[in-house]
Amino acid sequence: MANPLEQFTIKTLVPIQLGEVNASLTNAGLFMVLTVAAVTLFLTLGMTRRAAVPGRWQSMAELSYEFIAGMIRDNVGNEGRRYFPFVFSLFMFILFANLIGMIPYSFTFTSHIAVTFTMAMVVFLGVTVIAIIRHGLHFFSFFLPTGVPMVMAPILVPIEVLSYLSRPISLSIRLFANMMAGHTMIKVFAGFVIPLGILGGWAPLTVIVALTAFEFLVAFLQAYVFTVLTCLYLNDAIHLH
Amino acid sequence: MNTHRKHILGVIGGVLAAQLASPALAAGLPQLDIATFTPQLVWLAITFVVLYLLMSRIALPRIGQVIEERQHRIEDNLAKAETLRADAAEAEASYEAALAKARADAHSVMVEVHDQVASEAAAKLADLSAKLDDNLKQAEDRLVQEKEKALESLGEIATEVTRALTEQLTGGDVSDKDISKAVGTALEARQ
Repeated sequence: MANPLEQFTIKTLVPIQLGEVNASLTNAGLFMVLTVAAVTLFLTLGMTRRAAVPGRWQSMAELSYEFIAGMIRDNVGNEGRRYFPFVFSLFMFILFANLIGMIPYSFTFTSHIAVTFTMAMVVFLGVTVIAIIRHGLHFFSFFLPTGVPMVMAPILVPIEVLSYLSRPISLSIRLFANMMAGHTMIKVFAGFVIPLGILGGWAPLTVIVALTAFEFLVAFLQAYVFTVLTCLYLNDAIHLH
Repeated sequence: MNTHRKHILGVIGGVLAAQLASPALAAGLPQLDIATFTPQLVWLAITFVVLYLLMSRIALPRIGQVIEERQHRIEDNLAKAETLRADAAEAEASYEAALAKARADAHSVMVEVHDQVASEAAAKLADLSAKLDDNLKQAEDRLVQEKEKALESLGEIATEVTRALTEQLTGGDVSDKDISKAVGTALEARQ
């Protein structure tokens, strides 16, 4: 009987050692490469015709462009345009990773806390650096909301600092936990299909079908949430409230 | 039924036990295996940087260009449509003006013709009624003359009749003078 967590095991495919660093190509690394290839092909092959009246594929490519462009416009404003390529790459990377992970026997690298936490830290550090470059020392006024009496500062400032520091943690755990939980649930129910036989196996199978549909929603939603929160943090960094 | 339920519960319990007892779980979550972190992060860095470069250098400019071109084309077409619309409005206005002018002309011509016809008709009518009045007057005059003539001859007829009657009744001759006197008084009494 397969363990429901076995699907998350990292397997080394090509061992590579660069000095002290273990840079082996693992199943996670392979699916990262596949994700980048899929995103690039999706966007470039869809746009080869450059039609004024787009076909289905070109429409999807343009739709994803305008989706993220609109998200930045609404959440960050005009100053956010510089960060559009990064936010777009982030969204497509997570979305395609989640969707490719829905293919049976594939690997979902967004279900690994190491990957999601690194991405969250890149966002967090990047946003903080942007804020400090833009506002200098004034950035630290972010931790004391305007209009709050100074008496409250000793209580409020630590809370604000803590909530700021917990951003990368909540950002990374939300994505990792959602992906891991969904895939584990499907696997647990899948384990019941054959043992319950031709009569009883239909019940878990139905659950799997429903869960699979639900997981496609989660795959999109988590990519969206990660990106929207990145935009909101970027907005905080640029406008300080 | 009861044995069935027990059987199903047994199967579920067996599956769960097998899933929980497997060696992978005993070793902890695969996600927490620190030895796998570096290869994952090395490849994450490589792939994400590659993706970022592909997106920012190739994919996004292309899509942006196509969208912008379409936007320009739509704006162009809208501007063209706007000028065409203005032209059409102008043409309509001039058509309306021409139509109004034609209508006014037609109206004035009609009024003129109407006035002319009316005055002619009035003149003819006046002429006719004058002629008719004249005719009527002549007829009346003639009637009066005829009547007078008739009244004059009435005396003669009455004299003749009276003579004839008196001759028949009396058998004698009566003088003309008497008869005309009697007739004259009778006629006067009648009038």
